Amino acid sequence: MTKRQSKKRILLQGNEAVVEGALAAGCRFFAGYPITPASEISEVLSVRLPKIGGTFIQMEDEIASMGAIVGASLAGVKSMTATSGPGFSLMQENLGFACIAEVPCVVVNVMRGGPSTGLPTNPAQGDVMQARWGTHGDHPIIVLAVSTALECFEITVKAFNLSEKYRVPVIILSDEMVAHTRETVTLPPHDEIEVIDRITPSMPPEWYIPYKNNSKGVPPMSALGDGFRHHVTGLVHDVRGFPTQTPHEIEAFISRLFRKVTQGFHEIQITQSYLMDDATVAVIAYGSVVRSAQRAIIDARNQGVKAGLLQLTTLFPFPRHVVENVLKQCRFVLVPEMNIGQISREVKRVNQFGTHVEKYNRIDGQLITPDEICVKLLTTLG
Amino acid sequence: MTKLKADRYEIRFSGSGGQGIITAAVVLAEAIAGSGKNHVCQTQSYGPEARGGTSKAEVVISKDLIDYPKVIELDLLLAMNQASCDTYFPDLKPEGLLVVDSTLVDQIPTDRSISIPFTQIAVKQAGKKLVANMVALGAVVHLTRVISPKALESTLMAKVPKGTEQMNLKAFRSGIRAAKKFDLEQLPPTVTPEEEEV
Amino acid sequence: MPKEVTKLIHKYLRHDKTFPHVWCPGCGNGIVLGALIRAIDKIGLQKDEVVLASGIGCSGRMNVYVDFNTLHTTHGRSLTFATGVKLANPSLTVISVMGDGDATAIGGNHLIHAARRNLNLTAIIINNQIYGMTGGQYSPTTPYGSYASTAVYGHIEHTFSIAELTATAGAAFVGRGTVYHVTLLQKLIEKAIQKRGFSVVEIMSNCHIHYGRRNKMGDPVTMLQWLKDHAVPVEKAREMTSDLPEDKFTIGILADVEKPIYTEEYQKIRDQSTSKQ
Repeated sequence: MTKRQSKKRILLQGNEAVVEGALAAGCRFFAGYPITPASEISEVLSVRLPKIGGTFIQMEDEIASMGAIVGASLAGVKSMTATSGPGFSLMQENLGFACIAEVPCVVVNVMRGGPSTGLPTNPAQGDVMQARWGTHGDHPIIVLAVSTALECFEITVKAFNLSEKYRVPVIILSDEMVAHTRETVTLPPHDEIEVIDRITPSMPPEWYIPYKNNSKGVPPMSALGDGFRHHVTGLVHDVRGFPTQTPHEIEAFISRLFRKVTQGFHEIQITQSYLMDDATVAVIAYGSVVRSAQRAIIDARNQGVKAGLLQLTTLFPFPRHVVENVLKQCRFVLVPEMNIGQISREVKRVNQFGTHVEKYNRIDGQLITPDEICVKLLTTLG
Repeated sequence: MTKLKADRYEIRFSGSGGQGIITAAVVLAEAIAGSGKNHVCQTQSYGPEARGGTSKAEVVISKDLIDYPKVIELDLLLAMNQASCDTYFPDLKPEGLLVVDSTLVDQIPTDRSISIPFTQIAVKQAGKKLVANMVALGAVVHLTRVISPKALESTLMAKVPKGTEQMNLKAFRSGIRAAKKFDLEQLPPTVTPEEEEV
Repeated sequence: MPKEVTKLIHKYLRHDKTFPHVWCPGCGNGIVLGALIRAIDKIGLQKDEVVLASGIGCSGRMNVYVDFNTLHTTHGRSLTFATGVKLANPSLTVISVMGDGDATAIGGNHLIHAARRNLNLTAIIINNQIYGMTGGQYSPTTPYGSYASTAVYGHIEHTFSIAELTATAGAAFVGRGTVYHVTLLQKLIEKAIQKRGFSVVEIMSNCHIHYGRRNKMGDPVTMLQWLKDHAVPVEKAREMTSDLPEDKFTIGILADVEKPIYTEEYQKIRDQSTSKQ
């Protein structure tokens, strides 16, 4: 991005905006495999990365893509991959490695209809739970959802920042609608973008204990080859990185993985409220459905219903407190999703207030319309 | 008209794959974005085939940030074949406008329509039916005035493949000329005439 | 002489916490590790510039014992991580140690594409013809008619040759050795690491516990004897007038070709794309 472009309003596809965000955040390595509707991210990065000394590679599959970005990140380079549902499934194995070895990386999943090959050219939101629990075992992960081209830019920057800061893989859930919509965007100038880099060890190599606990729970991370030789493994390991089967070491390790994310809840859990101040009914939405909901609550208000919207940008760790406040405040909460009901379950899980929560779902590859949400808001009140 | 009356103005380009439907929509959207006056959102739906099949692209224009990115009620429908005309006509708002390629559409569902033989003009004026999309875009730009022809032409020159600029420009201008022959005031006010009492 | 060898080994081993090792007495993996260490020492690489990657299985545990940058990855994916490491920092010497199941079954696709792509990486593939760590199940190199814990009625699948497979897939250097022919083994590993391009060393090894016991070779000596008897130097094989008998295999350098390496080719793309800006 040149200075000339920085203040101008430009037309960008969501996928292109992801690229701009990644480059602004310092991403210099991308490995991917072709898949609709994510391929534009690969295509644009294959042009852009070499120009700035970065590296693009098309791997033999998504398993390899995920392995390659973890390898590159371990060598000290900010790395990303992008895919859609079928490829995301293949990435789960090495995504788990990134979780246990605490390797910062960003995975973009441009959701399309599933399961399996599903609906390659239609939007959907069916991968929410896979993003949270896709890889096996208990693991912390950060999942962010985007709804506009501008968010594709901003949230991709944020994803890299969170990943670097917490040494946790961050998944960006986009969808076919957001990815392929071209819209006017004004990107912030470069010097206004906050970029966070991982903390590297400042002690002499012989003092470096790669997985030692500290107050933040995030140990400094050395790059392969920079003098801090140690062992990196997908096995549960002790503070030195060596495999362990000692119960207290295992417990301490897994607990730290979760604690480091829990301690960061305040900055990790990103949400946005629209017209919530006096709302008596609310929509909780994420991704492209947010855009329909924005219009729907205004339509509802025009018909005399005090409707508000809570947009979830962070889906996981689930922003429980904010959602609870909405549940406390409103007598009816609608959760529209382009799936059979995945975040609505989370909302219901934290609903301790007897609030009437309903899901509204479309699984036909079509974006939920403002009208559908509005009608639901008006009729459920009866 | 770069000042919009309502909060959004919605256009749908439709036809079959290979007719340049999406390109036309993208050029229009880029030109509007470049003018910096309005927000614009361009979406499309497509099947797996690169040629043939159906093709649909939408452009939503608004003074404000655009929430819902797709068409809610169409202001203008461009139909480049009969199938898309039949499919999408019901999405037009009552005071909307139907524009058809009369080379390929012969059953026109409303009198509030503009029929121009885009494909025929493309062949005659620019030498290739490939640029029928630009002829149509010329007509759309003239009829909607969502962007000045001049601004669009500069986007068009930058966007189309090298070596085809003049052909596309010629096509675009002949589309404007063709549309100038029509007077919107002479058309019935709505696409579906009010029912007459018997 | 033995003392010198011991000294060298200790220079590279990690003595904190990682021993005793997981391998069975008599396992060929130790011989491979010894040869690898001597090769690296002879080339004169610094510990910091070596990345030793591995996958899953007995071979996967090798790198935890040595004082390099060590990366113990997922099953079959070692080369994908190695690819990322090498691209991010081409100045590192990246060596990937794998087993036969690891490299050619679950990781088979990565192996052939790594060979085709020609990054300057070294793949060391220990072929003991069985899945050892998981308990003796058959692998892509378990011979037809032999026995495994999942082939108790006799194995009905056919093997492929790792060395020939990778040579065909485009590896710049391919060697095959055994844990019996130790001098040759060290030489092959040295040459492979020094080769500019994707290099492979297939090492025929022994798993007397899980392969040998099921196939009338239940001790390491018998298995090493078998390796000695069935290995034919490639030079000798070329002079033979008849085909090599099916149970025999060649050892030595099987392929050594010059071709542009990926990171240099990519640098050209960088230069070209910058000038086009």
